[in-house]
Amino acid sequence: MKSLRLPRSPKVIIGLVIVGFFIIMTVIGPWLAPYNPSSTAFAPLLSPSAHHWLGTTSLGQDIFSQLLVGARATMVVALLAGLAATILSMTVGIAAGYLGGASDEGLTLLSNVFLAIPGVPLLIVIDSYLPVNSRSNFFVIGLIISLTGWAWGARVLRAQTMSLRNRDFVEAARIIGEKRGRIMFTEVAPNLLPVLASSFLFTVLYAIGAYVTLAYIGLTSTAVWNWGTMLYWAQANNAPLSGEWYWFVPPGICIALVGTGLALVNFGIDEFINPRLRAGGLTSRQRRKLGLPRRIRLGLTPVIISTSKRSAVAARAKLVSQ
Amino acid sequence: MLARRLVLYIVTAWVAITANFLLPRLMPGNPIQTLIGKITGTVTPNEIRAIRLSFGLGFHQGLIAQYFTYLTQLLHGNFGVSITLGAPVSSILRQTVPWTLGLIGLATIFSFAIGTFGGALLGWTRGSRLDALIPTATFFQAVPYFFLATVMLLLFGSDLHWFPVLGAYSQTVTPGWNFSYISSVIRYGELPLIAIVLSSLAGWMLGMRNMMITMIGEDFVLMAVAKGLPRRKVIWHAARNAILPSIANLSLAIGLVVSGALLVELVFNYPGVGDLLLQAVLNEDYPLIQGIFLVITLAVLAANFLADIVYLWLDPRTRTVAAV
Repeated sequence: MKSLRLPRSPKVIIGLVIVGFFIIMTVIGPWLAPYNPSSTAFAPLLSPSAHHWLGTTSLGQDIFSQLLVGARATMVVALLAGLAATILSMTVGIAAGYLGGASDEGLTLLSNVFLAIPGVPLLIVIDSYLPVNSRSNFFVIGLIISLTGWAWGARVLRAQTMSLRNRDFVEAARIIGEKRGRIMFTEVAPNLLPVLASSFLFTVLYAIGAYVTLAYIGLTSTAVWNWGTMLYWAQANNAPLSGEWYWFVPPGICIALVGTGLALVNFGIDEFINPRLRAGGLTSRQRRKLGLPRRIRLGLTPVIISTSKRSAVAARAKLVSQ
Repeated sequence: MLARRLVLYIVTAWVAITANFLLPRLMPGNPIQTLIGKITGTVTPNEIRAIRLSFGLGFHQGLIAQYFTYLTQLLHGNFGVSITLGAPVSSILRQTVPWTLGLIGLATIFSFAIGTFGGALLGWTRGSRLDALIPTATFFQAVPYFFLATVMLLLFGSDLHWFPVLGAYSQTVTPGWNFSYISSVIRYGELPLIAIVLSSLAGWMLGMRNMMITMIGEDFVLMAVAKGLPRRKVIWHAARNAILPSIANLSLAIGLVVSGALLVELVFNYPGVGDLLLQAVLNEDYPLIQGIFLVITLAVLAANFLADIVYLWLDPRTRTVAAV
């Protein structure tokens, strides 16, 4: 199997740093929070200061603490949803691609149906029927979000599986007499790892958006702090129009940053899967290092084979120049 | 191909309708009974009857019979009666849908056109300084629509007063086919439109850029250069082919754009379906929530079907397959 190292472009590194930062915040955020996020002990609507880094809400709650505590719910639900959706899309996608025939028809129809139904409105309908105590349950919310977000991954995985189905190593496994399930999950699935990773990140991205949206319109329990609930209270108290930017801008920026980080890492995976994008994504300095022309000429998008070979090419380029 | 897609959309519509029927019955706590208990006394017995009918609960029937009652009611356009507004859901929707259709429809067309054009350019000039736009575009893609809308409302609406905000037209004009009303509608629509376009632009752009880079490596582009075609024509050659997957992916994108855009209405108090949906959710107005969900789903499916027709028209290969 090829080495799974991501291309070391600045985009990927920045993405990994951002995602890493928020994962740390998820783990230790609630301990770092200086105050109880629900405590109304302070004066309302304080501007940011040394005591309250991001000021207070109209109820006198510390916004910085809400941001730190809210990271956990937001990220945990998103990761749960991403995990559940990836398992679903892997099962459906690989089965459809590998089995073919009527099973493929049925499973493809199923994923296309879920792809065509607009996810967030469906989520809103399901969620509005949920009893209030389930709305604060991470697992319930995560599962429901995954139900509306798995289809895209299944489609991509199906296409990839179909291209793998008739490779020699799969053929060999079939001849040896391995069971179908075993072939699908131990022979085919590992070769789909980059696609799986990409679809997982994409789903997490979607899940953050979906969860925050549900919270923003007041459909998750207000007892659980997440970035969407913060936006909900800010909107409910007219913070945007009265200029209390410190109330609604920080959670929004956090959501956007996590999303950007995930998307940047995904870029790296895309460049890993598609060698042409890899060359397109190089900076001019890297291109010089590789001995490629400074401006890529038309019809000559170089295919860079793997990151590990890059140093070898660079060394050769140096030799030539000497 | 078109027939297959049509079958898919019909099945999807059926799944959505059936989900709408089953959800209130499967959920713990029997929400319909709670609902009817809550509104008894506040609305007339006739309206309660209409609500029960629209849920398929008209008579003491089994589940299958209830399902058919429900389907019949839907076919007759009876989505039930809104609990809070006291009016039939269908007539409420008739007032709100045009606003949403205009706003989101226009925004989607704009963002697709601008994004595809920009993406083709980015793909063509890959590796140049323009690549610096990619992280910015990624950031805009990750921002929730409603958050970007909120920030724009604050900046350009209430701080700088560049755009009028809140509502779809000025309170001082009378609705109708007169100039002051129409220009007011356009003025009030500008900022929500820009917000939706900005939020959805990046997705089209990044997708198109990647496809463009892949296309540029193809032989036919090299051939076009070798023939000595002017550069603009070569770009057009590559772009025309790169655009196809973009259109093929519309089904995923339209759903996402519509979902995001509905919340933009909410931020701007735009009197469309999104704003209505929030009111319905807050008041636990189930008939209204369900009616809105169905209308959104059907609209998205129709948009998908339109995209399929465009795809067929643009890609001759699919036509030959269809003929065989």
